[in-house]
Amino acid sequence: MELLVASAVGLMTACGVYLTLRKRTFPVIVGIAMLSYAVNVFIFASGRLAIGLPAIITEGASYTDPLTQALVLTAIVISFGMTALIVMMALGAFLETGDDYIGMEDDADAPTPPQEGQK
Amino acid sequence: MSLALIAALPFLGALLPGLLIRAGRNACATVTGLVTALALLGILLHAPAVMRGEVITTRIEWLPALGLNVNFFLDGLGLLFTGLILGIGLLIILYARFYLSSKDPMGQFYAYLLLFQGAMVGIVLSDNILLLLIFWELTSLSSFLLIGYWKHLPEGRQGARMALTVTGAGGLAMIAGMLILGNIVGSYDLTVILQNKDLIQGSEWYLPALILILIGAFTKSAQFPFHFWLPHAMAAPTPVSAYLHSATMVKAGLFLMARMWPVLAGTPEWFYIVATTGLITMVMAAKIALFKDDLKALLAFSTVSHLGLITMLLGFGTTEAAMVAVFHIINHATFKAALFMSAGIVDHETHTRDIKRLGGLRHLMPITFTIVCISALSMAGIPPLNGFLSKELMLEESTHAIWAGNHWVMPVLATIGAMFSVAYSFRLIAHTFLGPVRDDYPAKPHDPGFGMWAAPAFLAALVIAIGIMPMTTVGELVRATASAVTGTEVEVYISHWHGFVPALWMSIIAVGAGFILLGLHRPLDRIWLATPRPEAKAIFDAILEPFARASRAIIDRLHDGSLARYLAVATLTILAAGIYAYQTGTHSPGTRALTPIEPVPAVGWLLLMGATASLFTFHRNRLLALVLVGVIGLMVSVGFVYLSAPDLALTQISVEVATVMLLLLALNFLPKDSPVESTVARRSRDGIIAGAAGLGIGALIFALMTRDSAFQTIADFHLANSKPGGGGTNVVNVILVDFRGYDTFGEIIVLGIAGLVIYALVEALLRGGPANDRLLAWVPDQKRAGDRHPLMLVVATRMILPIALMVGAYIFLRGHNEPGGGFIAGLVVAIATIMQYMASGFGWAAARQRIDYHALIGWGVTIAGLCGVGSWFAMRPFMTTNFGYFKLPFIEKFELATAAIFDLGVFLTVVGAVMLALASISRIAIRAGETVNVEPFDIQPDEEPTTEGVR
Repeated sequence: MELLVASAVGLMTACGVYLTLRKRTFPVIVGIAMLSYAVNVFIFASGRLAIGLPAIITEGASYTDPLTQALVLTAIVISFGMTALIVMMALGAFLETGDDYIGMEDDADAPTPPQEGQK
Repeated sequence: MSLALIAALPFLGALLPGLLIRAGRNACATVTGLVTALALLGILLHAPAVMRGEVITTRIEWLPALGLNVNFFLDGLGLLFTGLILGIGLLIILYARFYLSSKDPMGQFYAYLLLFQGAMVGIVLSDNILLLLIFWELTSLSSFLLIGYWKHLPEGRQGARMALTVTGAGGLAMIAGMLILGNIVGSYDLTVILQNKDLIQGSEWYLPALILILIGAFTKSAQFPFHFWLPHAMAAPTPVSAYLHSATMVKAGLFLMARMWPVLAGTPEWFYIVATTGLITMVMAAKIALFKDDLKALLAFSTVSHLGLITMLLGFGTTEAAMVAVFHIINHATFKAALFMSAGIVDHETHTRDIKRLGGLRHLMPITFTIVCISALSMAGIPPLNGFLSKELMLEESTHAIWAGNHWVMPVLATIGAMFSVAYSFRLIAHTFLGPVRDDYPAKPHDPGFGMWAAPAFLAALVIAIGIMPMTTVGELVRATASAVTGTEVEVYISHWHGFVPALWMSIIAVGAGFILLGLHRPLDRIWLATPRPEAKAIFDAILEPFARASRAIIDRLHDGSLARYLAVATLTILAAGIYAYQTGTHSPGTRALTPIEPVPAVGWLLLMGATASLFTFHRNRLLALVLVGVIGLMVSVGFVYLSAPDLALTQISVEVATVMLLLLALNFLPKDSPVESTVARRSRDGIIAGAAGLGIGALIFALMTRDSAFQTIADFHLANSKPGGGGTNVVNVILVDFRGYDTFGEIIVLGIAGLVIYALVEALLRGGPANDRLLAWVPDQKRAGDRHPLMLVVATRMILPIALMVGAYIFLRGHNEPGGGFIAGLVVAIATIMQYMASGFGWAAARQRIDYHALIGWGVTIAGLCGVGSWFAMRPFMTTNFGYFKLPFIEKFELATAAIFDLGVFLTVVGAVMLALASISRIAIRAGETVNVEPFDIQPDEEPTTEGVR
């Protein structure tokens, strides 16, 4: 199971990083969402994996680590708030400029016109 | 009043001017004055005890392990300085009220002034050198704001920057020196350090510590060769100059030397560094002051000169000289503040500070003339004013100082310094006020109103009072202060007549020669202007230029404006750090047993991996990408269920729904595809970076999961105390609302702020401008469904709503003992409500709900906060849960806990924030031409309903 979780975290991170390196707002937002999944699962897994041992106190049971779960729970809600915020910023920027390109670099790296038929 | 409270008062008060400026300028100035007066009152209540020789202390342990405690103490020296800072502060507040024009943002000014005042009070009251350093740096920062207050003036900005660079850099050196000192003694408490003179002076680290601390003091007090920043800081408004450069900022360096005097002074190193620097500064600055035509520049160099004088006295290292230094600090503060304010009055009324364009103001501005006359004569050292008394004593002390075996150097140079001082003081009076009345003033000069001259007049009265009755007025204060500086009981005897002592002759020579110098001013000025001089600002800029160029070169490469580049640089840096840590550490294989892989989770894993891999490939099709994100989120939630985290699963899945809705709504207005615009090489490069990052993170978490914790985890504590301490069996929820309730409190505030910012953003977009125009001319880029509100969806959501609310209430109530809680309940309720918006239309739904989302956020945070405060009344720390078990007839025994109130706050904030975010997007849609329906089942107005139904 550890291997599955680790590989999932790794792939989600890679996907998130790749998407955040794109030059348009939407993929970057999706990339950040992917990174939050990866980070949340990472923090959760740092409490070690346990199956069928929820942290609900009952007589004579053993439990998984509740602390990382509490940390991740708020992290999930906060990352929603942050995603909502950057989505609105991206939307606002697009509506203001008519473009969703996200760089402010000088001409050297300026957006090349979309090349048709290269999907 | 507690000393900690006195130090905190100006900081707390700094919030008020910004608020009260809306009630008018008088209210703003009054409240600032009240705050200062209150702090001054607090100090004065302690004064009788301090005068008796007691030391008042306030001790609060903060980080005892680091030796960092919030300790304050008040002795004679602290009393003198707090009195100066707050007393002159009051006068400045009064003066500034009338000095600032209606165009200047006065709220800002008083807020900065109070910040600065608080930092200064903090310095002089600190009993912990680390705390002192914090306040020290705060004065640099707040003075930067004050000096650069007139942001539109380039000189103001440059002067502020120079002051910050010089004093900030000096502060860094001082930090190092203070740390060495703390290390030698083994304590960072000032009172402990001050008792270890022999230990410090015997240490081989004494000299480095001394030099570093002195760099800090010299930069702050504008001593040679760091004096150049002070004249440039004169670009500030005059009240700032008067405050910073007469009584506070520049005196901080002197304060520090006086404070450290018992342990650092008395050695040859101290004498040669401090006394020599002071002497050079005094003579050199006095000479420059004579040739300055700008009134404030003249006063600035005169300030530098007088600071040099006091530094020199402290450098002599004798108790008598220290006593004189203390006395001169008082005198200088009185006459110099009065002079600065008068210079401001002249500038205010005539619109120029150029002495060469002034003259003859005696009859036009008689009140100002009188004030300047008294103060300047005191500065020149003319009897019987207070400046005379301290200058006589200074000259007397200089005759006792032996510089490298030479008895003559000190007294001769001191007399020359005094001579220049006489000359520029008289020049100030003669060239500004005496002479014929001119007809070419830039504005018609006249005396200002009472409010403006009241403060300098009060100070001028003090100058006379101290001058005539020194022992009655300040004798006790000087004694208490000098005793505190030197650590021994000091006898104070100040009088006008000491007999025909050398000091008297030196004084007479200085006054006579000063008059001759003034008479020769015109030819001397020509020579001065003809001789080349090093221009401090040019040198300063030349030194800084390479640094600026180097940092610009680095920034241009790393931060060229491309977001992708920042992120790539950041990722690579973290990767490099990880690789370095991996290579330098030792490793052994993990010992923890692996959990077995079951077939069902393996299928979930396949789905997750497949969706993620597809996202790589198809991310350009944004709608598809969103669907894939949904799949991934779902699988993550399922994973949480399987791995014993029911709370997380519930949260994740509800957040997932809300996120996808939000992104869908936003995508409606964004392009539906991402164009291909980076080259293959670039994409491969990004792919390699991403792959390496993924590999690193995956390997790291695998390594972590296959090993046991290196330290005992604190999870056991939470498990053991959840039921007895927090009264709940769901440990995750108890952690959220109790153990780490403070974190949760912060997080709901962040969430609430995010919701409000989104609202504000949309508000700004819709107020007008390109975004608004674009929305008004919006043409949907996709074919719309003819059936805008499908019957099935409308009916289903309406049936679901009461059930969903019930589920929300249930999840909320069970949260403390079973999976659930405020976060999840909030999300469930928010989603159920959003469903109404989506199904029945914004207008229809909005007309039927009467709750203001802003208020929801506000109430949520307030309730959670009040619940935390409630614990105080039960004499327990903030956010401690209280709970009890109750029994009512016909119902099982049940529990009531204050945590539920806190959770209610969480619930309300979550609902408010999520709803506000989504409702804001709907407003954009309405602006883009979406009609607001009044009926639940309306149809797309531009299309006839067809039998084909939904496309």
